[in-house]
Amino acid sequence: MAERSFAKEVEKLRLGSGEEFAGEGILAITKALLQCGVGYVGGYQGAPISHLMDVLADAQDILGELGVHFEASASEATATAMLAASVHYPIRGAATFKSTVGTNVASDALANLASGGVTGGALIIVGEDYGEGSSIMQERSHAFAMKSQVWLLDPRPNLPSIVKAVEDGFELSEISNTPVMLQVRIRCCHVHGHFIAKDNKRPPMTVADALDAPRRDTGRIVLPPASFLHEKEKVQKRWPAAVDFIRKNKINEMFGSDHGSVGIVMQGGMYNSVIRALQRLGLADTYGDTDVPLYVLNAVYPLIDDEFLSFCEGKQSVLVVEEGQPNYIEQAFAAMLHKAGRGTRLVGKEHLPMAGEYTGQVMLDGIGAFLRAEAPHLLPGEVRAPNKVGDGVDTADLINVVPGRPPGFCIGCPERPIFAATKLVEQELGKHHIASDIGCHLFSIMPPFELGATTMGYGLGPASASAFNSPDAKRRSISFVGDGGFWHNGLTSSIGNAVFNKNDGVIVIVDNFYSAATGGQDILSSRAGNKTKSTKHPITEAVKGMGVKWLRHIDRTYDVTKMQDTLREALTTDEKGPKVIVASSECMLNRQRREKPLVDKAIKGGERVVKPKFGIDEDICTGDHACMRLSGCPSLSVKSLDDPLRDDPVAHIDQSCVGCGNCGEVADAAVLCPSFYRADVVHNPGRWDRFLEAARRAIISLLQRRRESRRLTFADA
Amino acid sequence: MLDAVPPFRPRAGAHDDERVIKLAVLAVGGQGGGVLADWITDVAERNGYVAQSTSVAGVAQRTGATIYYVEMARDTGQLPVFALSPSQGDVDILIAAELMEAGRAIIRGFVTPERTTLIASSHRIAAVSEKIEPGDGRASSLKVHATAEAASKRFIAFDMEKIAADNGSMISASLLGALAGSDALPFTRESYEQAIGAGGRGVKASLAAFGAAFDRARGTAAPAPKKAEPAIVGSALGAGHVIGPQSLLQGWQALTARIDVMPEAVRDMALRGLRKVVDYQDIAYGREYLDRLDKAIALDGPDRGYDLSVAAAKHLANAMCYDDMIRVADLKTRSTRDRRVRREVGVKDGSILQVTEYFHPRIEEFCGTLPANLGSYIESRPKLAAFLDRRINHGRRIRTDSFAGFAALWFIGGLRRWRRRLLRHQVETNHLERWYALALGYVPVDYALAVEILNCRRLIKGYSDTHVRAQSKFDRVLSALDLVKGRPDAADWIRRLREAALKDEKGDMLDGALKTVASL
Repeated sequence: MAERSFAKEVEKLRLGSGEEFAGEGILAITKALLQCGVGYVGGYQGAPISHLMDVLADAQDILGELGVHFEASASEATATAMLAASVHYPIRGAATFKSTVGTNVASDALANLASGGVTGGALIIVGEDYGEGSSIMQERSHAFAMKSQVWLLDPRPNLPSIVKAVEDGFELSEISNTPVMLQVRIRCCHVHGHFIAKDNKRPPMTVADALDAPRRDTGRIVLPPASFLHEKEKVQKRWPAAVDFIRKNKINEMFGSDHGSVGIVMQGGMYNSVIRALQRLGLADTYGDTDVPLYVLNAVYPLIDDEFLSFCEGKQSVLVVEEGQPNYIEQAFAAMLHKAGRGTRLVGKEHLPMAGEYTGQVMLDGIGAFLRAEAPHLLPGEVRAPNKVGDGVDTADLINVVPGRPPGFCIGCPERPIFAATKLVEQELGKHHIASDIGCHLFSIMPPFELGATTMGYGLGPASASAFNSPDAKRRSISFVGDGGFWHNGLTSSIGNAVFNKNDGVIVIVDNFYSAATGGQDILSSRAGNKTKSTKHPITEAVKGMGVKWLRHIDRTYDVTKMQDTLREALTTDEKGPKVIVASSECMLNRQRREKPLVDKAIKGGERVVKPKFGIDEDICTGDHACMRLSGCPSLSVKSLDDPLRDDPVAHIDQSCVGCGNCGEVADAAVLCPSFYRADVVHNPGRWDRFLEAARRAIISLLQRRRESRRLTFADA
Repeated sequence: MLDAVPPFRPRAGAHDDERVIKLAVLAVGGQGGGVLADWITDVAERNGYVAQSTSVAGVAQRTGATIYYVEMARDTGQLPVFALSPSQGDVDILIAAELMEAGRAIIRGFVTPERTTLIASSHRIAAVSEKIEPGDGRASSLKVHATAEAASKRFIAFDMEKIAADNGSMISASLLGALAGSDALPFTRESYEQAIGAGGRGVKASLAAFGAAFDRARGTAAPAPKKAEPAIVGSALGAGHVIGPQSLLQGWQALTARIDVMPEAVRDMALRGLRKVVDYQDIAYGREYLDRLDKAIALDGPDRGYDLSVAAAKHLANAMCYDDMIRVADLKTRSTRDRRVRREVGVKDGSILQVTEYFHPRIEEFCGTLPANLGSYIESRPKLAAFLDRRINHGRRIRTDSFAGFAALWFIGGLRRWRRRLLRHQVETNHLERWYALALGYVPVDYALAVEILNCRRLIKGYSDTHVRAQSKFDRVLSALDLVKGRPDAADWIRRLREAALKDEKGDMLDGALKTVASL
């Protein structure tokens, strides 16, 4: 089950015509899909569109009522391949994933889908993970649209606009027989807003109807000679149809004055930031009313030549606001102006940075620079010639004070002991080449562990170590892959490849029972029951099935000593072929979410419950912090003692501790110090518990009194 | 467009028509920043505002720094164009859920003296980089406080985490209370409380935390009392602070009488040190401590502020109370310890506490706890030592709430009586004497250097490997003595080396600094 439940929000999907929807952008898109009569939806979770998948997973009832098929696809390639259902049948389908990483994975299916074309509307909703908060390489989805010639929508970031883009997208797809990508950026996905809902529509043809009346058309299959015809069809039929639709339906919008010597063209997603910059320059009001002519591209591919050229008419210069690089749009517009023999000056990346997110400041600087250079008369005096620069507060010193705070492992994370063990093994056997993968376990690259040299893609950790397989080497490579990546494609690309090529490295599969980094969605090896999915397929069985001979399963990662011993054995055994360790323990975030309410209820209900927590004897701790160099747990921190005899802060465990056991295990495995203790509180003890406790305490108190009566005791000692 | 909307007046200063209020929340992942943003949006909407909130969802942002952003404007029927992320110099209210996040907000330019109300919880959540230093790697809160005062229009800072915890709630509730109490938004207290109430979960605790923070921000609640540095001189000499049999109390009074005649500057530290060593061993050990300390005092004088004697009082006590198995066992079996654990864990009446201790003894600890002759005999025979180590060296989990576990530790703690005859004591005492003599030897030629040598004792800490590493750092720092002695800045160099040694685990910074010293 996903870490966030949308049971409450899902009810918003039932809103009918005229009712107001209030909520997150991603939920609005989901509602729009249902309003458009979508027949099936698939996708792969990942920020920023994880919630779309989670909402649909929680909305099975509503989907069932409408006859909509929903699938949590095995990968983005699977999700896109699923859109094949719209090739021959007039069924609307949607796939969603994180981009560009997901689009990379999907591109094989995407290219095939785009070649043959579609009959029913096929919409691919890509969550563009670019700029602040992004966790992936900084690239553009735009290139994928261009190479496969699928259309790309980039609506203004407000709920009514993105809902409309879903509707437009399906129509555009059907009219031009081309899949359409709808791009939404991180903050747009999580923007809270409103729109007026429409009734949900049952798909005119469901997947069940299609199954009962199968169709085929050889001309839509990607094989010669059809494939050659597809390419021609793309430019001769589908492209003009798309351009017509976009122009006729005014998908792109014009704002501001229709005359003026300068203008600004922008991707739809940039609209709000452009308006904010104009507001701050004194050129727009709160509602976006402005005299500066604006041309907003809600469809960024294909571009509409005549629409753009007419916008440029009478203008000396036009600024293109295009986030990311290469600047495809700017280049295309420049070519249009050149070919049309127009004198309008086109500027873009001269004033705005070539690379990086267009933040508020970047936009203000860029548009300000453009207007100062091209149309200074528009600007109010104080903007044209500002009196002062900067805010006068010197923050230079502060930069050296404020520590960085990158994301890391959660409190009680079961992956922490795996890397503590790895660090300890490296202290013993020396440094190794370590290949990392995508997932929470990638936090190993950060302090305090600092393990891992590369990350090459989801499920590709062991694959990325495959070159390091040499009979001359004295050390083996170690590679990590999570359970999410394992099922995504690691099983074949990494494990199968290692078996086939007789790779001698060590592979650690980090199994936390969920696709945890994306929000705790279930996967094949999840151990929880799931009403609509088949779970409980052990990773060990799959690995064995691939032909791995040396396989160890650790079913409690917190056993650092065992983890350490197993790793050591894997690195030193004479056995050939891949050495696979499956390290399993449930994601603590999900476990707490599941167990905490149950435990609280049990305690209230009078049941016997043992609750663990760790603590530190601060007079035994010497303040070296060796334990923290093997942990980094947020609940294990430093604390100053009220004692002038002690210089360094000691370790301290706060109330957020969940008693995972890592601290004690690490103290033992690394032979650190005896200051840790585990305190198990037995709530609602039974009669035997109480009897034993009374007996023990009687004897222990006796011993304590005996000793304390013969020594000095200081009040605060 | 509705008639109520003022006409667009370009170039007239767009901020005047219907002002957009911009509010950013900087938090650490897991602090509930999303809940806070939702509440604020709700409050705004309850007050006839249109509001928009955005975030980068917590999904991939475990425990890292995150930003939530809310914009709002009076609802005129027309939809404003809101930005999706905060801009430098364009934020009205900045809420930082932790002090360094306030610092980060200032660095990022989200706080400006003309307009930003900065509401920050003054508590600290140490970042990993601050925690992993062997010394004190924590960032300076004072610097952030000082800059925040200058950088903001108004700076409201107090420990909102504590207010939340005291009221059994989360910091999001006390942050909302501080926001409401600041009056930075034109909304009534009731509307905030309604928003909390609509959330439905933990409402009572949230409202309590909200209310307490509201009062603090308003200045209607008394600020938390500042903890005074407990001075134990004088007051602690009263018998009430020390309990025990009459004969020992008399011995104790004889020792404190010696402190009473010491120079005033030394007395506080000396008394603390004395308590520590007597608590560690016995009255006679306290006498040894004072005898040693007297040597430093004899060489010292008021013109130096007694720096040498204070350093000696502090580090002699730490050196004499080395961390051995006896001490650990003794501390873990005291009744005071039992009470402290119960308090920290929060054991309620009717519940039972079970305590597991983690020990991992090695041959070194074993030999250290043997009589000196026997211990050295084993240590000088590697094969025998290795044989024994194989039997001893593994982790042991001892339940100190069970009779057997407690008795085992109680027994080891009881070895205290024979401690002076054990190998570890001999090793530690020799080390101490060498170090102390070395330091005092420098007093006539370089007083400051002598003090710094004493201060190097800070480097020695930890158990097993950590202790070995610490010893090595201590030795490496003092190895520079030959290079720097005689220089006017010798003391400075030793101080710098010591600070470098506390920066990282292996002492890489120290080695770098030593190279610099070698090149002098």
